[in-house]
Amino acid sequence: MDATDLTSRILGGDRRALALAITHVENNTETGRAVQAGLYPRTGQAQTIGVTGSAGVGKSTLASVLAAEQRARGRTVGIVAVDPSSPFSQGAILGDRIRMQALTADGGVFLRSMASRGSLGGLSETTTGVVDLLDAAGYDIVLLETVGAGQDEVEVATATQTTVLVTAPAAGDDVQVMKAGLMEIAQVMVINKSDLAGADTTAQQLRALLSLAPAGRAWIPPIVKTVARAGDGAANLVDAIDQHQQHMRESDHAGDERRALVRSQIIALARASLYREALTMAEREGILDGLAEQVAERRTDPRTAADTLLAAMRGEGAG
Amino acid sequence: MTTETKKIRVLVAKPGLDGHDRGAKVIARALRDAGMEVIYTGIRQTPRMIAEAALQEDVDVVGLSILSGAHMELFPRVITELESRGVDDVLLMCGGIIPEEDIPAIREMGFTGVFGPGASTVDMIEFINLSVSASRHEN
Ligand SMILES: Nc1nc2c(ncn2[C@@H]2O[C@H](COP(=O)(O)OP(=O)(O)OP(=O)(O)O)[C@@H](O)[C@H]2O)c(=O)[nH]1
Ligand SMILES: [Mg+2]
Repeated sequence: MDATDLTSRILGGDRRALALAITHVENNTETGRAVQAGLYPRTGQAQTIGVTGSAGVGKSTLASVLAAEQRARGRTVGIVAVDPSSPFSQGAILGDRIRMQALTADGGVFLRSMASRGSLGGLSETTTGVVDLLDAAGYDIVLLETVGAGQDEVEVATATQTTVLVTAPAAGDDVQVMKAGLMEIAQVMVINKSDLAGADTTAQQLRALLSLAPAGRAWIPPIVKTVARAGDGAANLVDAIDQHQQHMRESDHAGDERRALVRSQIIALARASLYREALTMAEREGILDGLAEQVAERRTDPRTAADTLLAAMRGEGAG
Repeated sequence: MTTETKKIRVLVAKPGLDGHDRGAKVIARALRDAGMEVIYTGIRQTPRMIAEAALQEDVDVVGLSILSGAHMELFPRVITELESRGVDDVLLMCGGIIPEEDIPAIREMGFTGVFGPGASTVDMIEFINLSVSASRHEN
């Protein structure tokens, strides 16, 4: 199927075409780019929601009950669940479907597992594309689950409108991580595993951190307690997300906020492409090996070597 | 500029009611270590769940692991569910406890890879690599 076929079939509700197109986006093919470009005008109808947080805090379990609650409210749901690729083999075991069994027989749900594939910035490129495809395909809700791991996460957060940051009691490290910048990307805070001891302490810590946010912020992230394993708190969570979505729509600065989001997307995409180009150039004709040798012998310094590499790239662009 | 990367995606599923998935997990890990992306769905999958997963995940390979002895009943149902969704180009393989006398019939159904209890993961990996690259060549 070519890009035109895929595009029209996706708009006609063909799930297989959607699955094929997602593979193209993951593999960064020309067809994938053409489908994305063709479908982009049809995006913007879905609520797009990111679910992120440290490994094991219950993101998949929570995404599953969140999706079930959305279904109960009559909304269809597209889900992308990302798991890390092995740095050794580049392979991956994608196990998020295990926790989402309840959804797998429901025609109103489309669930896709994705490996992070490890290239710098490449993940946000792919997730942005796949979220857009699910949006254009007509899902009312698009959920993106990713493992929170610092910088990459900040970029991945630009793929969705509402980012839900999940933590759990006794994950004291998490609160540290949030101080380090993840807080800024969250529009809703979840304390999952609230059945465990320490949930109130975690809530206090989060509240204290949130109170440090810049004054005059139009949206203060609410804190929602959940017990995903028992399905508790799902309704409150959906309400909180809906409120953020409504805030975005009705805000005086709605246009500005949308421009800020797509601005970050453009930068992230450009960065990913530049990175790939630099890498391709560096590896071609042994340029990187040559520079590495010079730096290793201290005949030049890393900064100058990087400039040389960039100059080679620009030379190529001009020539 | 685009860089194309293709990964082999494999669905490892356990149809039927038996609750042992140690073997399936060993296989999943071996395939991951061979650089493949393995979608692992857990135990007690219905034919419909398996076909839905194969469709949504756009896998190259569907691998069924079965110990319960219900393969002659379940495998044809998996194939019917796949066909009804237009998923007609996946490589089908199976493993577990499958009596010798059932193998011809299973191959006839479309399972090109049939691996018994003693099969090595190395053989499975080689089988997948060869078959997938051959079928991608055709397209
Ligand atoms: N006590 C308790 N355990 C929970 C709760 N929610 C999830 N869990 C358990 O936490 C474990 C991890 O859950 P997942 O949903 O796989 O967590 P995850 O964040 O998606 O994990 P990764 O994708 O591996 O990062 C499982 O054993 C769940 O059963 C909860 O509310 N309370
Ligand atoms: Mg998960």
